[in-house]
Amino acid sequence: MIDFAETSDLGGSMSADPQQEPLHPAERPLRRFLLGNRAWLGTLGVFVTMMAIFIAANPRVFSNWGLYASVLTTLPVALFLTAPLVYIVTAGEIDLSFPATMGFASWVFALVVQAGFDPFLAIVAAIVVGMALGLLVGSLVVYANLSSLVATLGMNFMLRGLILIVTQSKSIALVTLGQTWAYKLFSSQIYGVPAQILWGLAFVAFCALLYNRHRFGVQVHVVGDNPDSAREMGVDVNRVRVKAFVFMGLGAALAGVFSTMINFTWWPTSGDGYLLPVLASVFVGGTPTWGGIGTVVGGAIGALIVSFIQTGVVGAGLSGFYVQFFNGLIIILSLLGHRWNQSRYR
Amino acid sequence: MAERLIELRDIVKSFGRVAALGGINLHVDKGEVVGLIGDNGAGKSTLIKILAGVVKPTSGEIFVRGQPVTGWSAAKSRAAGIETVFQDRALAVQQSIVTNIFMGRELAGPFGWLRLAQEEREARRLMREIGFTSRVFTPRSIVGQLSGGERQGVAIARAISRQADLIILDEPTTALSLTETEKVFHFVRRVKASGRSIVFIGHNIYHVFDIADRFVVLDRGKVVLETTRAETGSAERLIAFMQRVAHPTAAERAL
Repeated sequence: MIDFAETSDLGGSMSADPQQEPLHPAERPLRRFLLGNRAWLGTLGVFVTMMAIFIAANPRVFSNWGLYASVLTTLPVALFLTAPLVYIVTAGEIDLSFPATMGFASWVFALVVQAGFDPFLAIVAAIVVGMALGLLVGSLVVYANLSSLVATLGMNFMLRGLILIVTQSKSIALVTLGQTWAYKLFSSQIYGVPAQILWGLAFVAFCALLYNRHRFGVQVHVVGDNPDSAREMGVDVNRVRVKAFVFMGLGAALAGVFSTMINFTWWPTSGDGYLLPVLASVFVGGTPTWGGIGTVVGGAIGALIVSFIQTGVVGAGLSGFYVQFFNGLIIILSLLGHRWNQSRYR
Repeated sequence: MAERLIELRDIVKSFGRVAALGGINLHVDKGEVVGLIGDNGAGKSTLIKILAGVVKPTSGEIFVRGQPVTGWSAAKSRAAGIETVFQDRALAVQQSIVTNIFMGRELAGPFGWLRLAQEEREARRLMREIGFTSRVFTPRSIVGQLSGGERQGVAIARAISRQADLIILDEPTTALSLTETEKVFHFVRRVKASGRSIVFIGHNIYHVFDIADRFVVLDRGKVVLETTRAETGSAERLIAFMQRVAHPTAAERAL
């Protein structure tokens, strides 16, 4: 409340027309932007500070484009997972099953490509499977009224186990993928920029718009904030929750497809390594754990931070043993920063 | 005589063998503020839930604008223009005023994309209509930053946005300070001036007296006193009335 109180500079904007109220300080465009976007702006501040320290520590390594290109190649996979996970957390739930969903959907993608079909068709198949798994997980959580933390943990083990049983832990190499149109469109280089980062950013932009300016997004907010009130006002709370899980399934499927295209290979463990970094990205990004609010753009910057820590620590001349320590340090510092930045919300 | 908005006749509600309401008659006219007073367990909340259509009466009749209604339900209550603002669970406090006002009926264009500017304009208009304006906040302010009385304002603005003719406020001032209570009264007066009706519920006469035109006192599932402010004149006289007419404990507890 405090910084709203300074109205001293309002004098000149008083108007004779009673319908025309003086412009509130919080409604001046810059102020309004800063207030409305403080969460992800804070995250951006963390990222810029972190990069400045890395660059100062070793300017030579960090002026090499190859370093950035390698991060930009793998980052999109995390983006496809992080943005939908922000929806889940905002709705007051959690999803730990997305790594297995990602592995499962990309398995279908690999099988369809291996069988000789066009990769575009394989992508559609992967998306359908990913969304179906999201529907399954979401229905389990919502309609069977299970804790999403435990139920999705169980689903993650179960789906991964199913993959391992059926494939006998054998990977699938997709040697012909490089010649296809789908690969050129989604995974090639455009003037040295990996194509997947463009798709990843487009996806984040779409998710951010959907989150802030679409009925689905605003209903995710109110369901996570006060489900009783939302129900009272006619929001179909359960449906919104299930939709969030289906959306997570879509993101996991896309992440799986891109990850497979980058490597020309599908591994039975595909997705496993993303669980903790993606969770960290969401929370480092400024989405709190209690539901009701969050930021998609912040989550994306969080993913950027998490991707750069490893590269940055090693690039700055420290041994690889420091990576985990700095990962943790950044997470804790970010949380403290967001707590201070957003204290007014609670 | 003023236009009769809703009338309950001989409403009985039993839960098993326990009679929560034993034959209640209650009416609300257009543009009237009815103060519903009663101790905890007097049957206030059951009566509100019946008005809201969430609870079905065991027996009795309901008339909306003089017409009998059968199969009373939450949907029919809403269609009749009744909106209930429940005490605690009304608002999503981390969201903006606009989001709360349009919760569940967002103004959306093609493919569900929100008309944010239109929502904000409409919210501003509603807030101005009930005198809910301030230099301290805008329609985009977060509800959690508002005081208790201002939060009631958001809930009332939302009820009005749903074309409510009758707004039921469940103990809107119980947890509020004097200045905050005055804010709520201010909104209520504006709503009344716009020709809408309000049922204002409280268990403390002093919380209700200043704002209501007519008082209905409930005790143990029955209306024990019905009187107007013109008849009583002061809260103390209303209490004296109650002591004479009502079950003695109702008057004592109301103090």
